[in-house]
Amino acid sequence: MRKLFPALSLRLWQVWYRNFLVFRRNFLVNFLLPMGEPILYLVAMGYGLGVFIKQIDGVPYARFIGPGLVSVAMMYAAFFECTYSSFVRMIFQRTFDAIIATPVNVDEVVAGEIFWGATRAALNSTMVYVVVLLFGLGPVWLLPFVPVFGFVCGVLFASMGMIATAVVPSIDFFNYPIFLFITPMFLFSGTFFPLTTLPKAVQTVSYAILPLTHIVRINRAFILGHPDATLLGSLAWLLVVGTVAFFLAIALMKRRLIK
Amino acid sequence: MPEATKPTETPLVVAESLVKRYGELAAVDGISFSIAPGEVVGFLGPNGAGKTTTIRMLSCNSPRTGGRLEVFGLDVALHPREIKGQLGVVPQDNNYDPDLSVIENLLLYARYFGIPARTARQRATELLEFVHLTDKAGEQVDELSGGMKRRLILARGLINTPRLLVLDEPTTGLDPQARRLIWERLRELRQRGVTIIITTHYMDEAEQICDRLLIMDNGKVIATGSPQSLISEHAGDEARNRPRGRRGRRSRNRAGRMPFPEARGQVRDIRIRLPGRARAHPQAGAADVVQRAAGNA
Repeated sequence: MRKLFPALSLRLWQVWYRNFLVFRRNFLVNFLLPMGEPILYLVAMGYGLGVFIKQIDGVPYARFIGPGLVSVAMMYAAFFECTYSSFVRMIFQRTFDAIIATPVNVDEVVAGEIFWGATRAALNSTMVYVVVLLFGLGPVWLLPFVPVFGFVCGVLFASMGMIATAVVPSIDFFNYPIFLFITPMFLFSGTFFPLTTLPKAVQTVSYAILPLTHIVRINRAFILGHPDATLLGSLAWLLVVGTVAFFLAIALMKRRLIK
Repeated sequence: MPEATKPTETPLVVAESLVKRYGELAAVDGISFSIAPGEVVGFLGPNGAGKTTTIRMLSCNSPRTGGRLEVFGLDVALHPREIKGQLGVVPQDNNYDPDLSVIENLLLYARYFGIPARTARQRATELLEFVHLTDKAGEQVDELSGGMKRRLILARGLINTPRLLVLDEPTTGLDPQARRLIWERLRELRQRGVTIIITTHYMDEAEQICDRLLIMDNGKVIATGSPQSLISEHAGDEARNRPRGRRGRRSRNRAGRMPFPEARGQVRDIRIRLPGRARAHPQAGAADVVQRAAGNA
């Protein structure tokens, strides 16, 4: 039982705070620069490629990919924070070893890292949504809800990143989950084109195993203004998978760090 | 000075037949010891002897395979938080936060212990004074010298005013002057009554600061006693005075003239040698002690 359930206390926020402190210090490189990326995508694809596409599902192409870019920001921010950045802290800086020599335990270190990754997802996706708003591609009233949903989705992707961090032998091995999981999601989750253009089998797989598919679905429905009750199914999928990934990440990290 | 036992006080650490196994390998193979308040105890031995594993179990971050291990009268497996809150740890690696300044490293570490911000600031200022880093408070840690980084880690280990300070090879890789400074600080802590556990490869380091030594090899404690008694018991006069090879004598003499007598023998590593080859070792001290103790064990 002790192994199944993590021993968490509020101390985990001290781990979160550590990352926040360092993040704040390198604010410009960490945050503002990467924010330029969605603008590039929106201009290049939305308005460049969009000239040829005219409309998808009854909306202009730029309007179609806006929710996709918000969703991708939720994924990338959390996943990369809890893979490369967490790995550097764990292996190269030995930060986790330093922290677990104090009353903070491994479970709290991992949870703190995941919640920090989720925070990055909330921040980045909000910034992308601000860009979407600036281009006039979504309703303003959604803005306060983006970080909330971004955090929830961030916990899922941060936990998945942490699972990878718990098992990779070296930092180069992150190429595997990125190539096998993250990039396929970037392309096949309805981000840049509707899933309905793909064969039925691919659509089924996409809904079954790709979290981003559900996130894009929810974001697009709200941003384009046609939410319906079936979105609850996607939300439930995300919550269940996110919770499982969270607990699994803690268990696997404990196995890696406590010997 | 070297009381091997300070009786009648409740020990801070008690280990009984302590075992740590990694698969087939017994990293720690049934060791027993106890440490009294105010004692400075050294774990001396070569790489792979089990020193660091013992330290890790003590710091509640490596579950034991067998035996008993209590710190502050509490089982390490059951009360890690209570124990770690009163423990200061100086690990082998300088695992400071490279993105933060010297003082920020201390203040952040204080948060992990739940120390209120005002107390932490006051304590951090005092500790920087103590390790002679006051004028470096605002600098990035990466810009410090090796000795300064080590002193910062020492200060960090003291941020919670620990009842027990555990140091894993505190001066490995430092130059003589930097080592001397660390030793000076540790002696100061000893005078203040802080209980200290230290692991080291160096007999000279052990002689400098420890009241009592536990010599480890292959996961076992093979000898224990004060540094002086161990040297005379296991190395004896023969080891101290016997003629050495020319190179050995010369380097010794040169070392003897160095400005800091403590720096003598800082390159002396501990080597386990086969009995017949012990005499070939140019320098007496730790090597002989370990080797002979191993022969007697």
